[in-house]
Amino acid sequence: MIIIDIEKKLRAYEGHKLLKVNTEIAPNSITSVTGPSGAGKTTLLKMIAGLTTPEKGRIIVNNEIWLDAGTRINLSPQKRKTGFVFQGYALFPNMTVKQHLEYATTDQEWTNELLHFAKLETLANHKPEYLSGGQQQRLAIIRALAVKPQLMLMDEPFSALDMEMRQELIVQLKVLLQRFDTTCLIVTHNPYELEALTGNTIHIS
Amino acid sequence: MDWSPIWLTLRLAAITTAVLLVIGLPVAYWLAKGRSVFKLVIEAVITMPLVLPPSVLGFYLLIAFSPQRGLGLWLQQHFNIQFVFSFEGLVLASVIYSMPFMIGPVKSALQQLPSSLAQASYTLGKTELQTFIKVLLPNIRASLLTAIVLTFAHTLGEFGVVLMIGGNIPNVTKVASIAIYDSVENMDYATANSYSLFLFAVTFLIVMAVFIFNKRTAKIPLE
Repeated sequence: MIIIDIEKKLRAYEGHKLLKVNTEIAPNSITSVTGPSGAGKTTLLKMIAGLTTPEKGRIIVNNEIWLDAGTRINLSPQKRKTGFVFQGYALFPNMTVKQHLEYATTDQEWTNELLHFAKLETLANHKPEYLSGGQQQRLAIIRALAVKPQLMLMDEPFSALDMEMRQELIVQLKVLLQRFDTTCLIVTHNPYELEALTGNTIHIS
Repeated sequence: MDWSPIWLTLRLAAITTAVLLVIGLPVAYWLAKGRSVFKLVIEAVITMPLVLPPSVLGFYLLIAFSPQRGLGLWLQQHFNIQFVFSFEGLVLASVIYSMPFMIGPVKSALQQLPSSLAQASYTLGKTELQTFIKVLLPNIRASLLTAIVLTFAHTLGEFGVVLMIGGNIPNVTKVASIAIYDSVENMDYATANSYSLFLFAVTFLIVMAVFIFNKRTAKIPLE
């Protein structure tokens, strides 16, 4: 079970606005996070990953306290080790596709499996600048999966993929997430694209 | 022609660059991370040698490290180190004087990298140091090279600060730029020309090499 009960002031065009999220997420589920632009969807994911700190609240993942503003517990992003897929991919320009995975994991077999999963075997020695948008996005997804995270946080992970690739990837992703008992939160502006994948929805207004 | 001033100049530039690499990278990283009034003050102090007359810096170093009193006397008594009229003094002065050339380009390049690069590395369980060495530094390679070369080239061209703290002692503090001044003072224009031509050629080659290298590799960092 993942318990999220947090409050954070967001800077807005005129002054501040308050992002308040209070929800419980079932283990091994896939939840979509929706809401208008600027509502704080990405900030929510970053707070869960430990990249941003909320002013108030707590985050408890599988009975482990990741954040408790009251008792000042705040695990580092390194300890939380979430699988984070960034909206702009955040790929490392200096590393090839394979080096991205080897940076995240030493398990060679797992690396090969991920390359196969993302259909990037033939591009293993290419740097991100030589990949298409869709290939970059797939690399961002498998890099996040490489650490076998208990919690996967994905920020618009399928936006650069065509319909066919998206459907295929979603089906395969579901299998992988189930295999490692990974709970997944997916930010999307289009909840319908994830209908086949997700069970619940968190709406941030 | 006496080659010792040239040799001394190259040695000074190499040691200064190496010292500044060790000091400059962590400082640039620290300055690039977030803002505070304290950081602003430190950055201003580091940048000052860019605009301050070298003789001012040299004068204060001379006063500070004079072996007759204060810090200079203490260093002399406890560690037997003398920074005035010695090669060590030249290194110290050069490190301070060339500091903005190392820290400036590295700091700006680090700031221009998208913050998500480091964040992605942290979520993969990597420490700040691992992230700095494996992700951040390789992606600012062009700026790092520019910083190293600028520092080296700038040290080659030092005059005022070196003269103030080092004087003109052959084989110890008489670097090429001072040898030129010294030769002209003695009306020995041929020697002055030899040293000048050497500095001119070396500086041109170094700067040219950076331009060629950066043209090939510098690209907009991918997000």
